[in-house]
Amino acid sequence: MFELQGVSHAYDEAEVLHVDAWQAAQGEHWLLLGPSGSGKTTLLHALAGILRPAAGTVTVAGQDLGALGAQLLDRFRGQHIGIVLQRLHLIPSLDVAHNLMLAQYLAGLPQDRQRVDEVLAGLDLADKGSAKPHELSFGQAQRVAIARAVVNRPQLLLADEPTSNLDDARCLQALELLQAQATACNATLLIATHDQRIKSRVAQHYDLGARA
Amino acid sequence: MNIATVGFSYMRARPLATLLNVLLLALGVGTIVLLLLTTHQLEERMQRDARGIDLAVGAKGSPMQIILSAIYHIDVPTGNISWKEAQEISRHRMVKKAIPLALGDSYRGYRIVGTTPDYVAHYGAKIAAGRMWQAPMEAVLGAEVAARTGFGVGAEFHGVHGLGDSGGHAHEDHPYRVVGVLERSGSVLDRLVLTSYQSVWVVHAEHHDIKDVTNIEQQLGDDEKEFTALLLQYSSPLAVAILPRYINNNTGMQAASPAYETARLFSLIGVGVDVLRAFALVLILSAGLSVFIALYNALNERRYDLAVMRTLGASPRRLLLLLLFEGLLLAAAGAALGLVLGHAMAEVLGHVLKAAQQIEITGFAWVMEELWVVALALATGILAALLPAWRAYRTDIAGTLARG
Repeated sequence: MFELQGVSHAYDEAEVLHVDAWQAAQGEHWLLLGPSGSGKTTLLHALAGILRPAAGTVTVAGQDLGALGAQLLDRFRGQHIGIVLQRLHLIPSLDVAHNLMLAQYLAGLPQDRQRVDEVLAGLDLADKGSAKPHELSFGQAQRVAIARAVVNRPQLLLADEPTSNLDDARCLQALELLQAQATACNATLLIATHDQRIKSRVAQHYDLGARA
Repeated sequence: MNIATVGFSYMRARPLATLLNVLLLALGVGTIVLLLLTTHQLEERMQRDARGIDLAVGAKGSPMQIILSAIYHIDVPTGNISWKEAQEISRHRMVKKAIPLALGDSYRGYRIVGTTPDYVAHYGAKIAAGRMWQAPMEAVLGAEVAARTGFGVGAEFHGVHGLGDSGGHAHEDHPYRVVGVLERSGSVLDRLVLTSYQSVWVVHAEHHDIKDVTNIEQQLGDDEKEFTALLLQYSSPLAVAILPRYINNNTGMQAASPAYETARLFSLIGVGVDVLRAFALVLILSAGLSVFIALYNALNERRYDLAVMRTLGASPRRLLLLLLFEGLLLAAAGAALGLVLGHAMAEVLGHVLKAAQQIEITGFAWVMEELWVVALALATGILAALLPAWRAYRTDIAGTLARG
């Protein structure tokens, strides 16, 4: 589903990321492990096409990201990749439903209110469509962020430290939600984390720290 | 859901900043619109009053004063001219039409003008009630005068010496009788009391003890007959070069060109208008600056929003358009409010001036130049958004997200 070959990246000549080879199949769930500074976020950004690595090739859903021009890469990301950011970053001036519709609009997909309601209902947010982000609890906001990431039925779902600020119970809940949503659209799920609590819950691991 | 929806949502999220920017721009646009409307209408009005009058002739003195007193009736005359000299000029071969004016009295601040029916015909005014004057001491009222005094046909009144409400003594011996009222013509006639010049002679022939006013011309010696001014129309374009010099050099009178003097008047008024216009431009400029600062500051708060929009698939160009749209939206709102404000202020000013018996100004009129003001406002909005839009375009997604 995605494949990395000889990927490396450096800031100011200090190498922050190095992956010789790694591939994952469609629908698999992976954990990306490693201590802070091991390049988890950089790798996630490279997979999302947010950052072009200094060397190597990144292939997602059969598409070599390096071969795409800037505008096509933006479009590809919007349509095929869903991202749940650590700080969620919902658009504060838009209500929940419009945050999801924004994802459809910016990806260049038709705006489908029915799909939006369906995803919100699936995450127990059916009555929050017209709420503004600041009116939500953290748990609700995180579910909205997950909803926004999956509303376009991505093939690859990326999550950056989704559980780091949560207590044990909520930590498991968040993980289960991500897994359920990824399974629902048969997306490959990759969670970047240093949270030891969820290690045993996901079968496949890629440890940046171990290989560095 | 599109760029406009997102732009609107950000405007609504910052109501105070938005209101301030819109108001600043509206004040600038409104001031310029008000200036455009008033100067335009003033010029139009003054040009209409002077239309078809090639030369005004009065007693020796300031040409500007002759124009202000004989055409616009907002100043005192320079003096009187002799009837004989006026007759000679009227018969000059380069004069097509000559309208005599005998001034001196007023009623309740409205000037009494002794003249011939030609004067009324010159402005194309029509009788609304009654008839034109025929005998001396018969008066026809302008529409504004009739409305203000409440006088109709048959009313009688005494003229007062001078111009103004309280000035001078009343001419008790010879009352005027209203025989007609004019339709509103939008010209200076609306504010005048019109009568024959013989009436003015009757009123001012005080040491003659006039009993029979109908043959006043026979009772006065030729040297005693006087006019205040003559309004001339040339019979040939050549007259421009010849007649004014001839009058100034060979008679005791002074020639004044309405075209030249009104142009001079407007260049004087123009200084004040220019100062106000500069002030309004400063307002628009500061509005532009305020929009710029608001968008630029908001950019800092919104850098994650912009980065997130990029992760959702937005191209840099779309972020650029979003910021430009927000600038344009503020400018459009400011321009629209400014137009309304300018026209409303013009209408209010019109009512105030009307109460002071001055020139009429209305807010229900358009001037082409207003389109330029709107274009200027919109350009200001886009210009102010240009740098913030460029920074949005250059958003470094990975760097921004890695920091937050």
